[in-house]
Amino acid sequence: MDVTMLNRGETATVVSIGGGRGLITKLAALGIRPGVRLTKVSAQMFGGPVNVRVGNTEVGLGYGMASRILVEKEG
Amino acid sequence: MEREQMKRILLAGNPNVGKSAIFSRLTGVRVVISNYPGTTVEFTQGYTKIAGEQAVVMDAPGTYTLEATCKAEEVACQMLKESDLVINVVDATNLERNLYLTLQLLERNIPMVVVLNIWDETKHRGIEIDVKKLEQLLGVPVIPTCGVTGEGIKTLVERLPEAQVPNRPESSAEEKWRKIGTIVQEVQKLHHHHHTFLQGLQDASIQPLTGIPIAAAVIYGCFWLIRFIGEGLIGYVFEPLFNGLWLPVMTKLSVVLGGGGFIHNILIGHLVEGGIDFGQSFGLLTTGLYVPIAAVLPYIVSFYLVLGLLEDFGYLPRLAVLVDNVMHRLGLHGYSIIPMILGLGCNVPGALATRILEGRREKFIAATLMAIAIPCMAQIAMIVGLVGQRGGQYLLLIFAVLFAIWFLLGVGLNHVVKGRSPELILEIPPYRFPLPQAVGKKLWMRVEGFIASAVPYVLLGILIVNILYSLKVVDFFARILTPVLSGIWGLPSSTMGALLIGFLRKDVAVGMLAPLNLTTKQLVIAATILAIYFPCIATFVVLVKELGIVDMLKSMAVMIIVALVVGGLLNLLLPAGL
Repeated sequence: MDVTMLNRGETATVVSIGGGRGLITKLAALGIRPGVRLTKVSAQMFGGPVNVRVGNTEVGLGYGMASRILVEKEG
Repeated sequence: MEREQMKRILLAGNPNVGKSAIFSRLTGVRVVISNYPGTTVEFTQGYTKIAGEQAVVMDAPGTYTLEATCKAEEVACQMLKESDLVINVVDATNLERNLYLTLQLLERNIPMVVVLNIWDETKHRGIEIDVKKLEQLLGVPVIPTCGVTGEGIKTLVERLPEAQVPNRPESSAEEKWRKIGTIVQEVQKLHHHHHTFLQGLQDASIQPLTGIPIAAAVIYGCFWLIRFIGEGLIGYVFEPLFNGLWLPVMTKLSVVLGGGGFIHNILIGHLVEGGIDFGQSFGLLTTGLYVPIAAVLPYIVSFYLVLGLLEDFGYLPRLAVLVDNVMHRLGLHGYSIIPMILGLGCNVPGALATRILEGRREKFIAATLMAIAIPCMAQIAMIVGLVGQRGGQYLLLIFAVLFAIWFLLGVGLNHVVKGRSPELILEIPPYRFPLPQAVGKKLWMRVEGFIASAVPYVLLGILIVNILYSLKVVDFFARILTPVLSGIWGLPSSTMGALLIGFLRKDVAVGMLAPLNLTTKQLVIAATILAIYFPCIATFVVLVKELGIVDMLKSMAVMIIVALVVGGLLNLLLPAGL
């Protein structure tokens, strides 16, 4: 599953990022990379941006980007 | 000392970690500091003394990595190559993410120290960092600081000479993240902490269900507050000051100068019904001072006060997320709301702020929309003063027309300009209570900037008005452009002067409409056209630099077409008796 499918408030571990090197570097710089746990904070309507929290950082991501972050829920 | 020998110190770090606050503390140079990533888009330099020696300190835009992804980051990377010492500013509440850039910098073999900024917030966020241990692991001095209050700055200055060349071998991104993992595990302990009121508010303002009403309330509240403060300052401070103190002085001077003649006309202007009218006389000492100080300054003060509070609180990035969908229709993403909002104060910082956008396409669209449809506060203040007398509904009409242009033109440009708008990717800072001293300092800086740049230009503008009229230059242009002026826009040829001066200062140009006895319809059309037809010279220069001459020419073509079409439509659609 990807980040857009998470419910608000759910936490999951990043498995992989389905994108080019540019996207991977950009996301990694903000702390989003495989193995890291993130929590979905909010999603705007009509395919708007998704906010996630990684550690103490909150990041707003376009829907397309969020859908390329594959995650696995715990348990 | 020779300039070449002076040590060059670079402040490097992620966006929104407080580099500018540290810079300001080190050098005493005042810079704009806010709570959102991308406040600094240019580099600023100042001087400081380390161990008795003068050194240059450079404040660079923030960057997450040394592989630049936008113009602002390129600036930072370029500056790194020219520095002798790096102060790596790290957000102590986001250690893990910030260390990536730190490790990249450590491989550059430039003497370095690390500053753990925002140290004060670690305590109530339940973060404990072993500074000594971190110092050992990184091999360079690590100093905890709080840039906005100045805590730790003294220690930083004392320890700058201890900066170490770390001599690290190059490593891959993978290796760096692994290294960061071990460092963080060894030096950082997290304690459970309770959610604070601000964190609750943070969440509420980003959920669509609560966030959109909050955004509407914030925007409405801001405009209400700007108007309330602006009108209050005009009504209770500046009007009484000018009418009670300055008018008698000017009236005496007018008599001394004989009530007419060349010098009288330049200094005092012409008399209206036998007396001085600050809005209509158009002398250097009358209208020339009244426009920037009594009419515009109050709104500049109130706008920048409210903007400063919004910036420091950390609201703007959240607004960017909420409006992202709308901005995509204009070929932009949510963060382009920043240049638009700054443009409302003055189009110059607005144009500079387009640097936070990724590509040429976004910069072109954002800059064009801003230059056409976002009037600056100086212009707004004059429009409010002049058109407001005819009724609030006409003010509303002008701003509704400008908003419609902004939106429809954006939709159009998005279709016409090749390419796609990139997606939003934006760090959302935590809410912070604005510090009164910090807000006051920033407000004073911006107001001072306005006075220093606006007053001379307004005076120059009024001087030019008088010269142009006496040389009949205005008449010449008016005759050439009559088909457009009266044919398309329905304006009398007397408005030509305002259109010419609009290239220099929009507020003076709007003021020039006052003595022309225009009908309300003509006033609405003229004020709208003055906003859209061309940016003022200061904005124009910055736009040429930011967009390049080719894109600027395209942008200018759009401006002229929009001015012709919108002016013509208003002339057709507004009832003739207005």
